[in-house]
Amino acid sequence: MAFLELNGVSKNFGHASVLRGLDLHIERGEFVAIVGFSGSGKTTLINLLAGLLLPDAGTVRLDGRVVAGPGPDRGVVFQNYSLLPWLTVAENIALAVDSLFPSWTAARRSEHVDRHLAMVNLSAARDKLPRQLSGGMRQRVSVARALAMDPQVLLLDEPLSALDALTRGSLQSEIARIWAADRKTVVLITNDVDEGLLLADRIIPMTPGPGATLGPEIRVPLSRPRDRKELNHDAEFKRLRASITSWLLDAAARRKSAAPTRLPAPPALIPITLS
Amino acid sequence: MNLLNRLIAFCEATGLTVLVPLIRLCRAEEPRTQFSALGRLVGLPLVGGLVFLALWSAAAANIHTSIGSLPGPTQVWNQAVGLVREHNAERRREKAFYARQAELRVRYEKAFPGRHWPARKYSGAPTYFDEILTSLETVFAGFLLASLIAVPIGVLCGLSKGFFNTVNPYVQLFRPVSPLAWLPIVMILVSALYTSKDPLFAKSFVSSAITVALCSLWPTLVNTAIGVGSIDPDHLNVARVLRLSWWVRLRKIVLPSALPYIFTGLRLSLSVGWMVLIAAEMLAQNPGLGKFVWDMFQNGSSQTLALIMVAVFTIGIIGFILDRLMLTLQQLVSYDRSANR
Repeated sequence: MAFLELNGVSKNFGHASVLRGLDLHIERGEFVAIVGFSGSGKTTLINLLAGLLLPDAGTVRLDGRVVAGPGPDRGVVFQNYSLLPWLTVAENIALAVDSLFPSWTAARRSEHVDRHLAMVNLSAARDKLPRQLSGGMRQRVSVARALAMDPQVLLLDEPLSALDALTRGSLQSEIARIWAADRKTVVLITNDVDEGLLLADRIIPMTPGPGATLGPEIRVPLSRPRDRKELNHDAEFKRLRASITSWLLDAAARRKSAAPTRLPAPPALIPITLS
Repeated sequence: MNLLNRLIAFCEATGLTVLVPLIRLCRAEEPRTQFSALGRLVGLPLVGGLVFLALWSAAAANIHTSIGSLPGPTQVWNQAVGLVREHNAERRREKAFYARQAELRVRYEKAFPGRHWPARKYSGAPTYFDEILTSLETVFAGFLLASLIAVPIGVLCGLSKGFFNTVNPYVQLFRPVSPLAWLPIVMILVSALYTSKDPLFAKSFVSSAITVALCSLWPTLVNTAIGVGSIDPDHLNVARVLRLSWWVRLRKIVLPSALPYIFTGLRLSLSVGWMVLIAAEMLAQNPGLGKFVWDMFQNGSSQTLALIMVAVFTIGIIGFILDRLMLTLQQLVSYDRSANR
């Protein structure tokens, strides 16, 4: 059995089917990227993994146990940072640390906060309020908060999509560095194929919604650490990117041609999984 | 330079924006802009005031009532000065009374060693400034009572849809009720229930404060409910992921997030309370500005109208200051909601 497992998971909002028949198996220590268009239900998927939403059909399991609600074993980095604007950077992280490790001494908790701030290079902004930070810095705080929870799985919901290209690049390298240091299980949701290729062991494309489902997985055999500049000339990288992109475009085209005719819903697709 | 910057920030936070162009002028910052700002912030209100005074004087000369002609600005001003003089005279008499008493005490204790000196309190009439102070005490007692009731109920309304639906129709029902309708009920209930031989507060004070509370709790209640109900769902998701306890969630997320709304409500409540207070004091015969107006009205002397007008201006000025104070508090607790996006 895989560490994090989705079996036949479906989710509807009212009559609208958002996700239909999802199967996903993620091993411990694996970095998986789920790539898809905006509005394909990616955030719904991460909310199901986090337990913020419960599936209408199928099950989500972590380490064999059915996920019945949110919990600190799954650290979430939200798309819009979700920092509390009335708390400073350190207080935002301390809120998580204090509530999750009440048995620690105050000194140890504060040291834990500082260490994670240093991990994302934000020690200098310790006592600033979120509004005094740039978007990239806020997202680092959010990453530090999730890491400070010491979760078993890190769920990244389009963490970099609101940032400019340069900031995004440097944060990608930082995520890769942090992941390489302790090899947590990571699920990254993104709309950027390159980002997935740079960071992940495995990329799973998502069909456009409604009734979205997962496409065939693609393994990323590129050696680590991956250098963004070198990758641009790497033949394997180019081939992978082309194949994922064309799969996504084909899926979108199928959706478009199918949509106006309003065909009855197709039976759930069974994606190819290797587990 | 830094000091001036801080002064500007202070003025902006306290609503003294009038002074900002003056401060900027001090360091010769774009004089043209500052002069035009001064014209807008000081000149125009001054023009408005002059027009008002002119219209008032013209009207005063032409309106005759059963107790003399309508007083103009100068008469009202003279009455205000008279009230201040009266206050000072009363304070002098009080001082003299206590000085005499202290003297007598020394002689008494010499004559009858070991006997207890029967100290007496000065029993002069309350001055205008005493009335103002009483009014402020009453309004703050009522406002405090209203806040203690409204904030918790508002938080519950915001947290629980069920509670909101249970309570909301009755909030809507009682919200528009005038203080004049509440007051008789409150007075009778206070007479019946507040029976103590040595009461801490006068009955009229309790009735007025409760009436103020009943009329002023609604804005705080409604705003608190809205503030708590409109918390960013992402912030609640953070609380869920961290599995924060109900109490921690309330303290760390719900209340700070709703605080700007709560203070907006408190600000509205205080201004409603101040308005209601005057009517309540008139009818409950609680000492204070309302009773002052009522007594002057009953008095019917040639100065009545001028004195009532002094009271009207006093009520207005105090209401304005209270509102500014609350505005400052409101700005201190508000945070940039857009900061999270």
